[in-house]
Amino acid sequence: MSISHAPPAHQSDIPAISKDEESPLDLQPLVPASARRARVPRWLRRTTGPVLLLLLWQLLSATGVLPSDVLASPGRIAEVGRELVADGSLPSAMATSLRRVAAGLLFGTVVGTGLALVSGLFRIGEDLVDAPLQMLRTVPFVGLIPLFIIWFGIGETPKTAIITLGVTFPLYLNVYAGIRGVDAQLIEAGESLGLSRWGLVRHVVLPGALPGALTGLRYSLGIAWLALVFAEQVNADSGIGFLMVQARDFLRTDVIVVCLIVYAFLGLLADFIVRSLERLLLQWRPTFTGR
Amino acid sequence: MATDVHRPVSRFAVHVEGLTRSFDGRAVIDALDLDVRPGEFVALLGRSGCGKSTLLRVLAGLDREIEGTVLVPRRKAVAFQAPRLMPWKRVWRNVLLGLPGKPERAVAEQALDEVGLGHRSQAWPKTLSGGEAQRASLARALVREPDLLLLDEPFGALDALTRIKAQRLVGEVWQRRGCAVLLVTHDVEEAVLLADRVLVMDGGVIAHEQTVDLDRPRDIADPRFAELRASLLERLGVDTAAESPGIESPAAESPAVKASAA
Ligand SMILES: Nc1ncnc2c1ncn2[C@@H]1O[C@H](COP(=O)(O)OP(=O)(O)OP(=O)(O)O)[C@@H](O)[C@H]1O
Ligand SMILES: [Mg+2]
Repeated sequence: MSISHAPPAHQSDIPAISKDEESPLDLQPLVPASARRARVPRWLRRTTGPVLLLLLWQLLSATGVLPSDVLASPGRIAEVGRELVADGSLPSAMATSLRRVAAGLLFGTVVGTGLALVSGLFRIGEDLVDAPLQMLRTVPFVGLIPLFIIWFGIGETPKTAIITLGVTFPLYLNVYAGIRGVDAQLIEAGESLGLSRWGLVRHVVLPGALPGALTGLRYSLGIAWLALVFAEQVNADSGIGFLMVQARDFLRTDVIVVCLIVYAFLGLLADFIVRSLERLLLQWRPTFTGR
Repeated sequence: MATDVHRPVSRFAVHVEGLTRSFDGRAVIDALDLDVRPGEFVALLGRSGCGKSTLLRVLAGLDREIEGTVLVPRRKAVAFQAPRLMPWKRVWRNVLLGLPGKPERAVAEQALDEVGLGHRSQAWPKTLSGGEAQRASLARALVREPDLLLLDEPFGALDALTRIKAQRLVGEVWQRRGCAVLLVTHDVEEAVLLADRVLVMDGGVIAHEQTVDLDRPRDIADPRFAELRASLLERLGVDTAAESPGIESPAAESPAVKASAA
């Protein structure tokens, strides 16, 4: 309270800093971010690692340290890749595999998100749905392949089913956690604004759960590829996995590597899609974005 | 504004009788009685943690873990102590959120203009300053045209000038709309400036009540204003003798009072 009433005499209480014994302060210049920004563009920095790895690999192959029957050289692989594309076997295999992943992802997303909504939004849903799902989650879904083959035969169904299963759980867990992680204060604010139950879900709960849902989608995409490889290698007559099994029988490491690279690129593409989605849908988020 | 003819028109905008709210066995609100007339402007003072926000939440219908009678109008609007804007909605969408029908963006923009935020209507909440967010939250409450307006320290993060503007705005909306207002504040001067009645909450009840029958618009240089302010400060346990010069010339001393009340 004495702030504005302090008589001038009080000011002498403050220890005076005498001018003549100026202690040398160690001042630091604060460099503006624009000056500190890397001169190398981001995409170039990101590609350096893989390119270096590729060069090392080529070097090892050329010097004979890495025999071609263990692992073909990058040059050879590029050549085989071109051949596989030219004779149409790789594009058609990719199309088949992509179709399977898309179908599995679609079903898995619907099931996983649906169940998460039920158990996230309603306590009764949580009691009924969450426990069994937490139980099933620990069963390795790959172990279900034999069962699925018995149930669904050897057509497309067991493959789609296995991917669906793999996709469902990470989505369920993350969407559920996202819903339950929505700030109760915002729910309260929404209520006070007169939002209906559905309005609350639409305007508060779902947008709030979106970061979690996208994390779930990221995991799901990874698992979808994994499930695809398993499903296509156990029994298939088409798809990238089948191409690999065939190559194994003929000891063609080059074809196997081409297929692996295709998987890697598809994974990269999926990651890119999720990243773009995040940039688009989560631009409101006041979070740490890295330095 | 269709009046509901099927229900008896109450003499009160808020009627609270024997309200008790406990947290883990500790009664924060303890058999509290409170009546607010329709169109009355009531300010609520009280020490930090005495239960003002809790009372407001109860009146807003957000807290039902209560005992006692609470009657409030159906149309209520709240501006919370923290802005509580939906971070995933742009400012203007936040203002319109929950309004019935499909209101035009212009409605939000007008409300935002009133609080001096018209130019930020397209912004994300994360880019607002503390005071801007608070004003957006205020606009969101005002645009609802309620019968009861509940304001929890809505001017806390505002600078002196913006605060005066916002106070004036709330005063205008109150007079135009004729709604009852319950304003929680730590600023005694603000309470005396705006309210018909100032309540002091302590020990879980309304411990003191002071009717302010000064003519509007009020002049803080009025000696009766200073008198009221001093007596309220005394009720709040502030030693007014220590700042006796403040009672003679309140206008000059107002920063000190704010500093002490805050
Ligand atoms: N959810 C809760 N659980 C337990 N205690 C709570 C809860 N909410 C509030 N309280 C307690 O109730 C008391 C009153 O809180 P309230 O928020 O109403 O205070 P206030 O008068 O608004 O204070 P301020 O002026 O600091 O905002 C405080 O002691 C607080 O710790
Ligand atoms: Mg409070």
